[in-house]
Amino acid sequence: MSLVQLTVNGKPQHLDVPPMKRLLDVLREDLHLTGTKEGCGEGECGACAVLVDGELVNSCLVPALQVNGARICTIEGVSTEGRLHPIQQCFLERGGAQCGICTPGMILATHHLLDKHPNPTLEQIQEGLAGNLCRCTGYMRIFESVQEAAKLGAS
Amino acid sequence: MRSDVAQFALSAPATLDAVLAQLAAEPGKHTPLAGGTELMVALNTGRLTQHSLVSIQHLKELRFIRVAADAIQIGAGATFTDIRRDTTIAAELPLLIQSASWTGTIANQNRATLGGNICNASPAADTPPALLAYGASITLISKAGTRTLPYTEFHLSYKKIVLRPDELVHSVSVPRAFAGYRQYIRKVGTRNALAISKIALAALAKLDDDRLTDIRLGAASLTDRPVRCSAAEAALLGKSLGPNDIDATIRAGRAALAAETHTIDDIRSTAKYRSAVAGNLLEEFLRSLAG
Repeated sequence: MSLVQLTVNGKPQHLDVPPMKRLLDVLREDLHLTGTKEGCGEGECGACAVLVDGELVNSCLVPALQVNGARICTIEGVSTEGRLHPIQQCFLERGGAQCGICTPGMILATHHLLDKHPNPTLEQIQEGLAGNLCRCTGYMRIFESVQEAAKLGAS
Repeated sequence: MRSDVAQFALSAPATLDAVLAQLAAEPGKHTPLAGGTELMVALNTGRLTQHSLVSIQHLKELRFIRVAADAIQIGAGATFTDIRRDTTIAAELPLLIQSASWTGTIANQNRATLGGNICNASPAADTPPALLAYGASITLISKAGTRTLPYTEFHLSYKKIVLRPDELVHSVSVPRAFAGYRQYIRKVGTRNALAISKIALAALAKLDDDRLTDIRLGAASLTDRPVRCSAAEAALLGKSLGPNDIDATIRAGRAALAAETHTIDDIRSTAKYRSAVAGNLLEEFLRSLAG
């Protein structure tokens, strides 16, 4: 076991976990933050994407010890004071979310994209979300949601 | 089936020296773990055979990009995102930028490192063809010191590399010598995104009028390891791409490339397809030079 200290959605956490335990499982099992989903478990689908020190990563590929001292943002940390983040609001209004499994990862990938490219081209949106697979929407409504969020200046 | 994580040890010594001391104390016992985009997949699918790992992801000594007058030195711990964001690399080494953009997705590029991509030693890896074409050198580091060798000597056979169990890749250096070169890279895979290549070719050429005064070719999936295509280079060097010569030059280049191609049938493609497409990519590059 290893002592791991990290900040999750602004809250300091001290954990005693196996050092190779996946960040995904630390979030879901130890911290009960089940908004982060498991899809493929191989870093291909993006359902488990979270922000680590502001950078998008797949939490299924991150061992707990490697986030010692890091700041983590999960989907639970995106909304503030019970109000949806503008990116979430745009996904809701534009039909960017259907079954919901890919949505937490999509929202965080969008957050990361708009942080780097506040006014993304369609190509930049496609590249930014290429690691997030959705089986419901066909992606067009997701792209529209991201474009709408960019218009609102949401990052 | 997923592995039981309690069966795996992971340490994270604070400094590069401490990591090298640990590797030297018990050579072969500890496996370096950088961005985890390969080893964590193995863990998640129950295929990880190494049970003691040492994290090198946090080592600042390995995460750098240094631009000197004659070379760009990229630390083994530089991520693909670090590489893509570097303005000098973007201006001078477009083939490396392009291949970095093909490596996994943004989330993986934020974690995966150049050193990891090289040491994983897949014959289909994205960055080796560009590094081979650019004539990169590679520096290895251990408790005993460092050694630098041409990157062409790094890959020995399928998944076999010259790295000793007590060594880490320290950095890769690419000479700043390609102003005036025409540069080409193309990866052929099943899709644009998230696809491992069936075949890839990186190429650099310098022309004097129609004549090829330098040509450098690096390929993925052409043999059991990433290779520099020296027979095709030799067949093309000094040849003309003028209107009366280009077809003969292309024939000579394709024949030499085919002779040094030892592809295999595997889950991603067939030897016949790979061999034919490798020749097509070379021809596409040569015709683009003439056009």
